[in-house]
Amino acid sequence: MVVVIDRTRKVSGENAAGPVSVADRVRRQSDPGGGLYKRRTPIYPKLVHGRWRRIKWAMMFVTLAVYYITPWIRWDRPGILPDQAVLIDFAGRRFYLFDLQFWPQEVYFVTGLLVLSALALFLVSALFGRLWCGYACPQTIWTDLFIYVERLFEGDRNARMRLDAAPWSFDKLWRKVGKHLVWLVVAFSTGGAWIFYFHDAPTVLPAFWQGHAPATAYIFCALLTFTTYVFAGGMREQVCIYMCPWPRIQGGMLDNHSLQMTYRHDRGEPRGPHKKDATWEGRGDCIDCGQCVIVCPMGIDIRDGSQLACINCGLCADACDEVMVRVGRPTGLVAYDTDSAVTDRVEGRAGVYRLIRPRTLVYAGALAVVGAVMLWGLTHRTFISVHVLRDRNPTFVRLHDGAIRNGYTLKISNRSFTTGSARIVFEGPRGAHIETPAAAETTGPLQAIIEANTDRAVRVFVTVPGDALHGPRLPARFTVTLPGGTETVATSFVSDAEDEE
Amino acid sequence: MSEPDANDPKDVGTTGHEWDGIRELDNPLPRWWLYVFYACIVFAIGYWVAMPAWPTLTGYTKGILHRSDRGQVVSDLQDLNRIRGAEGRMLRNASLQQIEADPRLQAYALAVGQSVFGDNCATCHGTGGTGGKGYANLRDDVWLWGGTLQDIQHTIQVGVRSDNPQARSTIMPGFGKDQILPATQIDDLTEYVVALSGRKADAAAVQRATPIFQANCVVCHGATGLGDQVKGAPNLTDKEWLYGPAREDIRGQIWNGRGGVMPTWQARLDPETIKALAVYVHANAAGK
Repeated sequence: MVVVIDRTRKVSGENAAGPVSVADRVRRQSDPGGGLYKRRTPIYPKLVHGRWRRIKWAMMFVTLAVYYITPWIRWDRPGILPDQAVLIDFAGRRFYLFDLQFWPQEVYFVTGLLVLSALALFLVSALFGRLWCGYACPQTIWTDLFIYVERLFEGDRNARMRLDAAPWSFDKLWRKVGKHLVWLVVAFSTGGAWIFYFHDAPTVLPAFWQGHAPATAYIFCALLTFTTYVFAGGMREQVCIYMCPWPRIQGGMLDNHSLQMTYRHDRGEPRGPHKKDATWEGRGDCIDCGQCVIVCPMGIDIRDGSQLACINCGLCADACDEVMVRVGRPTGLVAYDTDSAVTDRVEGRAGVYRLIRPRTLVYAGALAVVGAVMLWGLTHRTFISVHVLRDRNPTFVRLHDGAIRNGYTLKISNRSFTTGSARIVFEGPRGAHIETPAAAETTGPLQAIIEANTDRAVRVFVTVPGDALHGPRLPARFTVTLPGGTETVATSFVSDAEDEE
Repeated sequence: MSEPDANDPKDVGTTGHEWDGIRELDNPLPRWWLYVFYACIVFAIGYWVAMPAWPTLTGYTKGILHRSDRGQVVSDLQDLNRIRGAEGRMLRNASLQQIEADPRLQAYALAVGQSVFGDNCATCHGTGGTGGKGYANLRDDVWLWGGTLQDIQHTIQVGVRSDNPQARSTIMPGFGKDQILPATQIDDLTEYVVALSGRKADAAAVQRATPIFQANCVVCHGATGLGDQVKGAPNLTDKEWLYGPAREDIRGQIWNGRGGVMPTWQARLDPETIKALAVYVHANAAGK
């Protein structure tokens, strides 16, 4: 008997189930035998002009500018604190954000920010579809940038296809080499800018070239150079289709009322080539020119309907509008629209747009609640945190007169930008006396200087007369006051005194 | 289908191996696997040249990089000493009081002190420093040889009854063991000492013992039993007892006159470490 494991994908041409994009059809033609992996069909998006393309250029400019300029914004902070407006200081364990600074203990603010971003993404997706994917995602931005560079060297779609099909020549060589070199420079600038967020930018820039920047700077610069080059140069739409989880998740956010890049088939069908001056009676507006397909950076056909690979960027709408103007039909055959409105029109009703729906209300409500909680948290932050560690070895010490002494280590964090004197007050058994090593004997409450933006462990000893103790473990608490706030921490005072009944 | 099917024995053949009717297809190794294999061979040859690799009759091939784990440890230790040296210099130049008063130096001294204490002192004084019977409690406010920073530093340096010529040294006679006093007088003295610490005692015995105490004990412990830190004589009026508070403990100490030994540390620990240790002990006794 022969046992053979059959891993062959059964695909039988046009009749197979599943998505039927042009790219898929091409893939099936080029790779009929199947196998585990699909062969990538190169996509040559054609340059298009129009409203969405202009917005995309603007978004690219703005997001890249934000990315490259942010680390160079200076922000005056007192003392030896870094003067960089946005700085994630891993070595010093601080996150500086303009007038705010966060300690690792406050990581919940970062969590909150992530929750907020996620909810905002949900809300925007439910309302307007995958705007993030089409306009703001770094994968889209850098892919766009890389295609721009590609066009500079190799020309537009047709020229690029010709060049790829042509045999190697000097012309092809210098264009390819030049493109890849510029890509590498762009990728390196991307990775290089990344490290400025983690080190003082004006310091690490010369240090990087002189070879004495931290090893992590080189590693991450190399890593991001590599991923930028590979993701934006080579993999492009495959990152979105195979690597990114968001296209799979978005199905849960979208519904029939979400605005998405839509081929209005109510208007377009039946499609077909249109001769000049022929009648438009009895046929749709789509002239099947394929412009929407050849401009698509994802290589899909929007006329197949809403699909996983569509990033909602609107370039097909720009391409179609251009054609519609040329053939003298109204623009907007491909446009941001909702499935529900299209269905309405098919059935002869006017399209209804419902931005306010239970889904969007829930997302907006959650967004507002989390935003309010974050705001409350930010405005009610204290700049002090106190941890009390009672000595456990020894738990207590008996002094010459029978008094009992407990030792504590108070870890006091001063998260503000100003050095302050911490007032330490102990409340507990009657007659408790509090002291710290080497402090001058004072009558007032204990004071300890805590430098700005640091924490300090303060050894504190509390002595209680033997006759004031009426149990082995008595409740006690420390109250520490800094200019930035007050914190009270409960602890206990331990002795070998027996419980009084 | 024009291409051979990797899963069809007719296309690719079998290796001839068969187990329970399952035959192994004779597919070539995946290309990527093969290239990784070749790369490993190249790497291995490079590794033989660069790193210690082959045993020889008298040792092993050293490799052109001369890499050695033992050498790495030595150089790591040198680095460590260099780093510690910077902090250690600060300890060397600062006075004990300055070390204790400066939060940064104090924190460093406490960290060094804790580690050194655990290695060297905890055997007798306990990891918490509270000592035990016959071993001084370093956490309370009772000091046999003085509790200032300088006193503690000196005690650590020279030790107690150690072989250091300057050792803190005092001998309490074994009044019973050495037959200086008869047993009845030692019983009376015990009552006297119990009375000194404010506890109930046999009044008649106390009265009988008064001249004995004056004759034998005041030289060191003082007329009122307050002790003397210069001589290392304990205060007999407080609630701290090195050899135990019970009557039999006190009687045993008068009878045997025990005295513990603490080694001299100045030959074994460097001055900075002893300073850190003194600050550690002092600060953890509330620094008085």
